[in-house]
Amino acid sequence: MIRDITLGQFYPGESVIHRLDARVKIIATLLFIVELFIVDNFIGFVLAAGALGSVILLSKVPFSYIVRGLKPIILILCFTFALNMFMIDGTVLVRLGFLKITKEGLRMAVFMAVRLILLLLGSSMLTLCTQPLSLTDGIERLLAPMKKIGVPAHEIAMMMTIALRFIPTLLEETDKIMKAQQARGADFESGNLIQRAKSLVPILVPLFVSAFRIAQDLAMAMEARCYRGGDHRTRLHELKLKKRDFAAILLLAGFLALIIAESILL
Amino acid sequence: MEKEPIITIDNLIFSYVREEDREPVNAVDGVSLQIEEGSFTAILGKNGSGKSTLAKNLNGLLLPTEGAVYVAGYDTRSEEHVWDVRQTAGMVFQNPDNQLVSAIVEDDVAFGPENLGIDPDEIRRRVDKSLEAVNMGKFRKKPPHLLSGGQKQRIAIAGVVAMKPKCIIFDEPTAMLDPKGRQEIMEIIRELHEEGITILLITHFMEEAAEAERVVVMHEGKVLLDGTPAEVFSQRELIQSVNLDIPLAVELAAHLREKGIDVPKNIISTEEMVEFLCQYR
Amino acid sequence: MSIQVRNLTHIYEPGMPTESVALEDVSFEINDGELVGVIGHTGSGKSTLLQHLNGLLKPTSGQIVVGGKDITAPGVSMVEIRRRIGLVFQYPEYQLFEETVAKDVAFGPKNLGLSEAEIEERVKESLELVGLDYETIAERSPFELSGGQKRRVAIAGVIAMRPEVLILDEPTAGLDPKAHKDVLAMVEEVHRRTGNITILVSHNMADIARLSDKIIVIDSGRLVTVGTPKEVFGQRQRLEEVGLALPPVTQFTETLRDRGFSLSETILSAEQAAEEIFQYLKGTSEND
Repeated sequence: MIRDITLGQFYPGESVIHRLDARVKIIATLLFIVELFIVDNFIGFVLAAGALGSVILLSKVPFSYIVRGLKPIILILCFTFALNMFMIDGTVLVRLGFLKITKEGLRMAVFMAVRLILLLLGSSMLTLCTQPLSLTDGIERLLAPMKKIGVPAHEIAMMMTIALRFIPTLLEETDKIMKAQQARGADFESGNLIQRAKSLVPILVPLFVSAFRIAQDLAMAMEARCYRGGDHRTRLHELKLKKRDFAAILLLAGFLALIIAESILL
Repeated sequence: MEKEPIITIDNLIFSYVREEDREPVNAVDGVSLQIEEGSFTAILGKNGSGKSTLAKNLNGLLLPTEGAVYVAGYDTRSEEHVWDVRQTAGMVFQNPDNQLVSAIVEDDVAFGPENLGIDPDEIRRRVDKSLEAVNMGKFRKKPPHLLSGGQKQRIAIAGVVAMKPKCIIFDEPTAMLDPKGRQEIMEIIRELHEEGITILLITHFMEEAAEAERVVVMHEGKVLLDGTPAEVFSQRELIQSVNLDIPLAVELAAHLREKGIDVPKNIISTEEMVEFLCQYR
Repeated sequence: MSIQVRNLTHIYEPGMPTESVALEDVSFEINDGELVGVIGHTGSGKSTLLQHLNGLLKPTSGQIVVGGKDITAPGVSMVEIRRRIGLVFQYPEYQLFEETVAKDVAFGPKNLGLSEAEIEERVKESLELVGLDYETIAERSPFELSGGQKRRVAIAGVIAMRPEVLILDEPTAGLDPKAHKDVLAMVEEVHRRTGNITILVSHNMADIARLSDKIIVIDSGRLVTVGTPKEVFGQRQRLEEVGLALPPVTQFTETLRDRGFSLSETILSAEQAAEEIFQYLKGTSEND
């Protein structure tokens, strides 16, 4: 089940999209999301889908792999679709008992669903094509100007780095603890909601203890390796904008202009 | 002329409060030692003997309650030199899982040099060299959680080596490893020593301590024994009285002496014992 | 009560690209009351084997029969298997979670649905079996104990379920020499007093040689050999092939034998080694 979620996963590759500077990709993704919410006509969505489609093609990530990421949200998708379809007033198309489907509702439902799908696919592309650590680097650099107004850019990035490092460790630990408690006769599968919630205590307490131990050890190890916050720190991988990044920025600007022009004109 | 010691421990006392409303306990209780540059010293003791507390006092992770510790001439208590102290005396910890920061091996090795503000090209060189030194070059793009305990520990060592310390303190680096991982780590420690790095190995395995040039046995916060492995391990009764193991050869020698075979005191390894017995017959 | 493992095979993620064979056609038998040592490298399949015995993993094929009952048959109750077979994982102290030692040890018996009185009696009995004093320790928090004590409490938590088979996965890992000796002595004592099958996994060949009635050697998911310590450690070459060491004493006496000392094969204790070396030396000097 957990394996099926592609949102947030990295798909190793050497494509142009993979090699773009993380900052460019983050900004592009943000713009893409904003754009999805500006657009409210058919042509706009075609343009957005076309742009996303070309990025997917360039990235060489198998389409089936990306689509797998949609599975967990199918339920949410159906729900919003139904909600929009039935709840919006307007010209009635079909009447089913007390429910009615309106023209405006149907239009809204389709747009909303397409929006959500594109949003999810678009943001998955960011994580699928960017090494998690480059992503945190990129976020740190983009947030850097905001340090002046008190945004702890380096600290946020460091937290993300550590989280990326220790999530697999904690998952392993959880598996071990679960097995050990099962060996002592614990039952996580049966009973009502309260009983099930209670049965999590023997897992959660040791897990917290583990997490605290890791935090303590890690803090000491980081101090021993002269960690003293973000100031004066250099980086092994420096983020430098290359030709392809400037090209991407130009394309992005063009795309943005197109969308704005389209939404004003139509 | 005698070499300048790289670490000088001067009547160190470290006390802490174990439980609230209780009297403070001296985990390290009046220890004075000098560690020469380029030497290989093992600090042997059981849990609670104060050996790990002592280790953490050697690079300013803990600060003396009384007495002082000097690393390359810097007092560990002086705030302006704390980074000099930690760069001079690097530290490898016990738990291989809990000391790696980054989800990619080479980024983790780069962590120390990055903190020191070193130029990116130089960091690259150091990372590659350190990973080669611990034989982990081909794992540089791997995430640590897919590696074995011994391999993770080697990455931790590479991360310290990349900071170019003069001295590395190993705080029970093999306690959580299997025999294969243990051998790998000991091999790397020997190599680092041969390259001239001062080694301080904190351990409760006497086989590992026997590989050092000097063994310091800690008990209840104090130095119980201090000398060459042969000098220390020939004190069989004293070592056993503080619940530490003795090398097999020393145990065999004791049995043979009881039967009237005069085994010299300086035999502490089975290889030496085999040679002695072959001569003897 | 005995255990038969027949043609046990376990494949992780069959059919996936990540498919891996963890155990392949492993068969052996354990008789009533035996203390069995299991040796093999990390990743050899030892842990997978142990988890099968406890029903945590299901075999891809093969059979495990415990006390005449096939625990791999469909429809066997897991609670029943876990009541009969206790498994102590590596670093078991990491599983402690209750406010007090007594409550933590009671977790297993409670899951078995026993009465309050029965649970209390078992907690007392098992804490005493692992060498802890019930009166002084029962109401303390398990998190404030020493490493060795925590481990004993965790082991007591499994013993309190009164399993007919007790499996311990590296019970001495990470302990200092004193705690190491104490925990092993405790395992021996529990084995002696319950008379049940005890299965012990360890990397320490000297411990395995000293304690085991029978040794099982696993490498790359296959059974290398089964036998008494003398039989197993007598196969020096076979063990070397799979990269496992002899106990240090045996290694030492075998080196001497290679150098022409006439000593018995596969000596497993320092006392015996010293005695035989002495007899041999006495013999050679008399012949001079």
